[in-house]
Amino acid sequence: MRSEHRHRPYVQLLAAQVRSQTQYRLSFALDLGFSTVLTSLDLATLWVLFTVNDSLGGFGGGDVLLMVGIAAVAFPIADLAVGNTEKMQVYVRSGLFDAVLLRPLSSLGQLVVMDFAPRRVGRVVQGTVIYVVALTVSPVQWSLPVALLVVLAPLAGAVFFGAIFVAGATVAFWWIDSGEVANAFTYGGKDAAAYPVTVFGGLFRRIFVYGLGFAFIAYLPALAMLGRSDPLGAPDWLRWCSPLTSLAVATVAGLFWRTGVRHYRSTGS
Amino acid sequence: MIIQTSLLRKDFTVRKKAGRFRRTSTVVSAVDGVSLSVAEGEMLGYIGPNGAGKSTTLKMLTGVLTPSGGTVSVCGLTPVPQRAELARRIGVVFGQRSQLWWDLPLHESFSLLRHIYRVPAADHAARLKYCRSLLDLDSFLDTPVRQLSLGQRMRGELTAALLHGPSVLFLDEPTIGLDVLSKQAVRGFLTQVAAQGDTTVVLTTHDLADIEKLCRRLVVIDHGRVVHDGTLDELHAAYRSKRRVVADLDAPWPGVELPGAAVESVEADGFRVTLTLEGATAGEVVARLAQAVPLRDLSVLEPEIEDVVARLYVSSGAEPR
Repeated sequence: MRSEHRHRPYVQLLAAQVRSQTQYRLSFALDLGFSTVLTSLDLATLWVLFTVNDSLGGFGGGDVLLMVGIAAVAFPIADLAVGNTEKMQVYVRSGLFDAVLLRPLSSLGQLVVMDFAPRRVGRVVQGTVIYVVALTVSPVQWSLPVALLVVLAPLAGAVFFGAIFVAGATVAFWWIDSGEVANAFTYGGKDAAAYPVTVFGGLFRRIFVYGLGFAFIAYLPALAMLGRSDPLGAPDWLRWCSPLTSLAVATVAGLFWRTGVRHYRSTGS
Repeated sequence: MIIQTSLLRKDFTVRKKAGRFRRTSTVVSAVDGVSLSVAEGEMLGYIGPNGAGKSTTLKMLTGVLTPSGGTVSVCGLTPVPQRAELARRIGVVFGQRSQLWWDLPLHESFSLLRHIYRVPAADHAARLKYCRSLLDLDSFLDTPVRQLSLGQRMRGELTAALLHGPSVLFLDEPTIGLDVLSKQAVRGFLTQVAAQGDTTVVLTTHDLADIEKLCRRLVVIDHGRVVHDGTLDELHAAYRSKRRVVADLDAPWPGVELPGAAVESVEADGFRVTLTLEGATAGEVVARLAQAVPLRDLSVLEPEIEDVVARLYVSSGAEPR
């Protein structure tokens, strides 16, 4: 009851946002159509890859599809929830963020619901279909912990990607033209997470995949589900850690956001 | 004191290109040691030229910007860590920014605000009724905000800022860009709000008529510093505003000395002279003038607040910083 009361304003804001968007029906329909086409293209890429080669970094098609599946659920959930923080530069530049800070709600919470894009739901559905197919065709070693991980891994991945989105948006407080850099980490991270770590070269693998933790999104949980050890020698217990690493990354992103808000410079008026 | 600041400061780092790769950065104080206290129910006019630091001060008072130094307290709260709590107790109207939902009808914006501020339905209805009758909102309550005229939108913004019954109302250039009628509507409404006595109002403006009509107390800021804090009359006294006599003559101005008055300008090929009164009364000066030269027409001008403030801006700008 209490928490329902607390979240009520956000729910109302969300509903208002959806009502605003449906004012432009054609644009909504076009958006939905395009995002479906784009996701299908992603899958086509994978299909092309496997028609050339029947293994990718030492993993078979079903194994890779599992990794792709986890990422394909995780990323759209994050994109749906906090993807519109990409527009942060616009909010800072237009002064809209002033209005956000003048309301008695959390600034991040408002940002999430402010430009909520319902069309992104489509990609979550598509991702889920891919994931379910992957779980049936790949040799998953089912057990209770694995079943738990099957549910938790995409959610933890979503939290991870969400944190990257938020951190990227925070950079706009200091550097207004930060959009492309943030995209390198969000969309770039999405692609890096969907493939076996073994396909990447040494330096990139060390910095991006392990250093920044993108391996925790799909690669390591997929190993655990498949009952395989990391051919590169990561300890087995690490495969189960993605919920924890996601929480850690989210905490860091949250703190970073708070620091950013304190450094908000607004714009003249 | 409902608002209290002490040596409030906000520094911005401004980077400039100095060569192909090098950049120099300088620190600019947009607000440089402002100490203010505003009592409950007061209506304060906060004015200054563009870039003087008015909006920056307002943004620190409302928790949008974090001060670089000094202390600030509004409604007994410190705006930066307590921003969200403070937001419930203040109302803000930024003339150049909208608080409303662009694509939604005005009444939907209002009911959203009720949920955001968690206002009891009865209070909300009573306040909305009050604003509807005073601001004449009924004809455009169902119109999406993006289709409202500026005057209508501003009336909507004022309502939006008051629906949660704030103790302090911050208005940043609420009459900017409005036509004469809308300005009058806004001023009339603010007079009503002030007359109830339970809302403190802080108003920034470039339109000094707003100040003359609304505010007893006036704070002038320039280059981030307070250069005047007092009533309008005190401002006139401090800057020795003078009344002027403008005379149309039947013969060219002979260039005589008039005791107690100084010649400010001679125009229209010598057939119009403007005198400023310095010690003498208007009657004395007119009598002496009539002896010196035949008069056709006369008018006595009261000091204008624009002139005083313009002089104030110029003189404080000339000071070394």
